[in-house]
Amino acid sequence: MFARVDRVLAGIALVTLTGLAGATGADTPPDALVKNVTLDVVGIIKNDKDIQGGDRKKIVGLIEAKVLPHFDFTTMTATAVGLGWRKATPEQKTRLTEEFKTLLVRTYASALAAYSDQRFDFRPLHARPDDTDVTVQVRIIQPGQQPVSIDYGMEKTASGWKAYDVVVGGVSLVANYRTEFGNIVRAEGIDGLIRNLHAKNQSLEQAGEQGKK
Amino acid sequence: MIRRAHLLLLALAAVVAGGCASVPNPDPSDPLEGFNRSVYRFNDAFDRALAKPVATAYKEVLPDPVRNGVRNFFSNIADLFIGANNLLQGKPEEALTDWGRFAFNTTFGVLGIADWATDMGLDKHNEDFGQTFGRWGAGSGPYIVLPFLGPSDARDSVGTVFDMHFDPVSNHDPVDERNAAILLRVTSQRADLLDASRLLEQAALDPYLFMRDAYLQRRRSLIYDGRPPREE
Repeated sequence: MFARVDRVLAGIALVTLTGLAGATGADTPPDALVKNVTLDVVGIIKNDKDIQGGDRKKIVGLIEAKVLPHFDFTTMTATAVGLGWRKATPEQKTRLTEEFKTLLVRTYASALAAYSDQRFDFRPLHARPDDTDVTVQVRIIQPGQQPVSIDYGMEKTASGWKAYDVVVGGVSLVANYRTEFGNIVRAEGIDGLIRNLHAKNQSLEQAGEQGKK
Repeated sequence: MIRRAHLLLLALAAVVAGGCASVPNPDPSDPLEGFNRSVYRFNDAFDRALAKPVATAYKEVLPDPVRNGVRNFFSNIADLFIGANNLLQGKPEEALTDWGRFAFNTTFGVLGIADWATDMGLDKHNEDFGQTFGRWGAGSGPYIVLPFLGPSDARDSVGTVFDMHFDPVSNHDPVDERNAAILLRVTSQRADLLDASRLLEQAALDPYLFMRDAYLQRRRSLIYDGRPPREE
């Protein structure tokens, strides 16, 4: 009897999960995942007057719902912090990751707010079926300018493919933080880096609120 | 033109002379960091006071199609020179694409104001003398922030002197037309970077370092046309 209830519950859970995940389920290939999420987000922005008008909260909410689940922020933070990461306590790691994530989301929100009608060219994926680490390439095409390449470094995990780096026009976002973070960790330690990131996020928060008035 | 090149060399000499200022955590790729940071501050102040407000006004006042036309016009002139650099780098097919773009856009695109070539699948390239020297094997040398021009390195600074020497707009006669054209081009380019510079301010804890590392990564990628070999 209970076994059957369990099975029914499992069935409901499965259906719900698949429904939620939709086109972005755990077995979606990485290139399809990038394409689906990109087109989904861009489609929402195009039809949302608030976001086009610069509604920060709404755009951050959109990113948190649609984009964040597909990023591995712990790996991103570990790579950006570099050597200092190994010396950090689990609690420091959690706080660092949280602050870095907040900073990246804000930056990403500004980048999205600047979006206007560019065309996307989703490049075919060069990978073998059993690869667990691939680069998904997208190009943004705009007249009079060289196409901007966006490369997502992605790794296969138990919960689907996750991006661990974004390389825009040859500039790795994660690598670009390495010197800054390294300098702060050397001078002020891991807690110093957490403090600095926290202060940065707060000043952005205040600037955002002032910008609305 | 020659006077500007002299100014640039003077600035370079000044940078080299001033590079002795000491900084915490010196980076081997940036021995001139002390001086670079002061030039960076100077450029930033100049940008805030003049370049950015002008570019912002330009973007607010002129409608998109006009600004696209201006961007395309200068981009089209640059394609000639981008093709020459592709040829110097031993990439004749890319050079043909660039010159094909130029021929097509100059005629059907009415002096390059419309970029139909991109719509036809002829992608625009990004080349300059700094990249050509890099392709020929020249190392970047130390990172240098040039007055007014911004991030560069020893190789790219020399490249910039060549870029200016062969730039059709800088060589245009009469002088007042030339100056107006250069001003318009700079304004258009700065306006296109407004979003990017806002992102830099937001993303970076230390904008100088963020800009430097982004520049060095970006140039390395450009020299290898987006496919740089993995670093050791």
